[in-house]
Amino acid sequence: MSDLFQDYSEAAARSGAYDEMFAPGHVARKSYGQVSGALRELSLADVTARADSMARTFLDRGVTFDYAGEERPFPLDIVPRVIPADEWDVLERGVAQRVKALEAFLNDVYGRMAVVTDGVIPRQLITTSAHFHRAVHGFEPSGGVRVHVSGIDVVRDAAGTFRVLEDNVRVPSGVSYVLENRRAMAKGLPEAFGQQHIRPVEEYPRRLLSALRKTAPAGVDDPTVVVLTPGVFNSAYFEHTLLAGLMGVELVEGRDLICRGNRVYMRTTAGEQRVDVIYKRIDDDFLDPLQFRSDSMLGCPGLVNAARAGGVTIANAVGNGVADDKLVYSYVPDLIRYYLHEEPIIANVDTFRLEEKEAREHVLDRLDELVVKPVDGSGGKGLVIGPDATKDELDALRKRVIADPRGWIAQPVLQLSTVPTLSGDRFGPRHVDLRPFAVNDGDDVWVLPGGLTRVALKEGSLIVNSSQGGGSKDTWVLANSPQMPAEVIPRQSVTVREQVSVWPVESNWRDRQTEQQQ
Amino acid sequence: MLSRIAESLFWIGRYVERADGTSRILDVHLERLNHLPLEEQRSVARELLAVMGAKPQSEEFGLPELLHALAYDKQSASSIAGSLGAARENARRARETVSQSLWESLNTTYYGLNQHRKDVVGTYRFCNWVLERTAMVRGLADTTVSHDESWLFMVLGRSLERADMTARMLSTRDVQSAGMSWVNMLRCAGAYESFIRTRRAAFGDQHAAEFLLLDRLFPRSIVYALRDADECLAKLDPSAQRVGFINDARRIVGQARTFLEFHRTDDLMSELPEHMERVQKAVTQASDAISRKYFNQADEHAWVGEVS
Repeated sequence: MSDLFQDYSEAAARSGAYDEMFAPGHVARKSYGQVSGALRELSLADVTARADSMARTFLDRGVTFDYAGEERPFPLDIVPRVIPADEWDVLERGVAQRVKALEAFLNDVYGRMAVVTDGVIPRQLITTSAHFHRAVHGFEPSGGVRVHVSGIDVVRDAAGTFRVLEDNVRVPSGVSYVLENRRAMAKGLPEAFGQQHIRPVEEYPRRLLSALRKTAPAGVDDPTVVVLTPGVFNSAYFEHTLLAGLMGVELVEGRDLICRGNRVYMRTTAGEQRVDVIYKRIDDDFLDPLQFRSDSMLGCPGLVNAARAGGVTIANAVGNGVADDKLVYSYVPDLIRYYLHEEPIIANVDTFRLEEKEAREHVLDRLDELVVKPVDGSGGKGLVIGPDATKDELDALRKRVIADPRGWIAQPVLQLSTVPTLSGDRFGPRHVDLRPFAVNDGDDVWVLPGGLTRVALKEGSLIVNSSQGGGSKDTWVLANSPQMPAEVIPRQSVTVREQVSVWPVESNWRDRQTEQQQ
Repeated sequence: MLSRIAESLFWIGRYVERADGTSRILDVHLERLNHLPLEEQRSVARELLAVMGAKPQSEEFGLPELLHALAYDKQSASSIAGSLGAARENARRARETVSQSLWESLNTTYYGLNQHRKDVVGTYRFCNWVLERTAMVRGLADTTVSHDESWLFMVLGRSLERADMTARMLSTRDVQSAGMSWVNMLRCAGAYESFIRTRRAAFGDQHAAEFLLLDRLFPRSIVYALRDADECLAKLDPSAQRVGFINDARRIVGQARTFLEFHRTDDLMSELPEHMERVQKAVTQASDAISRKYFNQADEHAWVGEVS
């Protein structure tokens, strides 16, 4: 190893976490063989130059997220995260299983509520969820799918076991970085691609579009799909433009849409055009001022009624938030057994439900050892990590938990697995998570090979969110070598014919050539 | 295509052309301004700013303030930096429609704006850099975007702004009391070589003005730019083939062009400022008519009930 990895093993041992690249004793794991070989050849100057040029490309291409009104490039680390084929196989099946269970759960919750009648989950838990929307109760969305796109966050604990940390079935974001990261890495660390088969990610937009078209309202032959964005100031605006661009569909804002007679139209230069499927990238609360927040200028009045009447498909369906409520999360293993009659393939993280008196008392005694999260938060907002919190923070937290036990859950502090990450003049272990993305077209759940690996850039930090100083890594899923990725078409050699290989030249060309030779 | 996107594309065309025209005007006048005594420099700076359609912000308005107002002021849509920023912002909003390379060239241009010295010498370089960048943006727009509706809106914006810019350029001739030579005026429009080859060396002022105003083959002449705009409008709205024009924008643009083309050249020259003002007014009116027809957006939410 070059001296870029000096002190790495000590730092890794300090954190006590599972390291993705090195097995104990500083031996590179088999899946990382090629990556570690490529990195060994590079000097510090090489690595920094490549990292700089990758960052510059991101800024030029506008691969940014909006933070406090400022466009920032999303930091991409030069060391990829590699997942061997057998591990991915488990993840893939586990994620698909979860998505199917959540889909069934949502259908049930907004319909007969059999899950409550059968005593699997308390009714109160559902009706008190901030994202349970009565406005969409009692109808099946056209197309029959509610969770078109989902992102299931998984982490690896100290023993190396994958566990689900949370589900995102409302508006999961980050897939654009998966696509951009792969492009950037192909230029930044080409040596590491070499001899191994890395499963491609670029089919995502095609899969998404075909799922969206497939779930269009009945009777529409050639559905018009649009992406609905809150606008240019949204932190994920880049992602919205990228997806719309790659799918070749319009990116609309609420003011471009109009609802009439339970149909949705967009204003175009050629008059109004019917919209059949809306890929919604805006929170439910802002979607329809007639049903939700009446002061919202981002949505379009009448969308929910149009969806109820079957005039438009909204993806993901309105009201999905009840399924990624963190308290419902703690029931997901039960839901999998209830709906699918299967055992969960990926386990949950142990979770204390603070509504239960015993659990609450237990947790309140050990606040300084646990992570406490609000049930409906996203982006790491409101989360308190016990060991890192001050006494005042813990006291404040205690009061809030007692005041609203339904609003919080507690989990043990997990030492997320680490991957080497460039920091200053060397690599150090940094904690990562993984968000695989799944696309559901009603018949089949397809999981994008890989997903977004987010990394906490500060040493020891466990918070990977981009708004709190996180970066990302390209995520490689290795294919079993005999089984080639489906995309690759066998190469055919081209025969060059004499006539076409001669380039036409002007009349003076030959003269000049002879002149130069003399 | 979406009205909102069409509007963004139209303005990308206008802003990029505006940056290009402004940097040409600034470049040529800067050279002359430098030779003038300080007092005169001030008054000329004021007048030049007025031709570009802005008012000085303070009493003390000299060369540095002029540079700021025309080149570096990001808050103003009439400065180079301001219009390139606005073009980039529009491209950001229409990003899924424009090609990646077009967006990237506007984006890198925007990030390059700050990398210049803001004194007189730096401004020469800045103007040159802007001309290169805008040429690149135009080239990428022409070669990487399908020549469909979206491209037509961009070209429409570009042609209207170009007519307006050439009109302003011609108006600046009266600003400098020392009198701007027509040679410089032609250089400013990048028309010098074309003009010489058309007219040979035997030319007078009148011929040069005629060339920039009326030449049917030189792309930066007013008549050429207006004809371009007219063609775009015709392609965008192919109705009304037989009788008259129902499209306001076409009528305004056509009237302005034919007025120049069929006027006696001698008369045109003697009343040049009035005519140039008329051209600028026509461009504004046409732009309004286009936005009424194509970009009209409801400013507030409109909800139409269940029953259609």
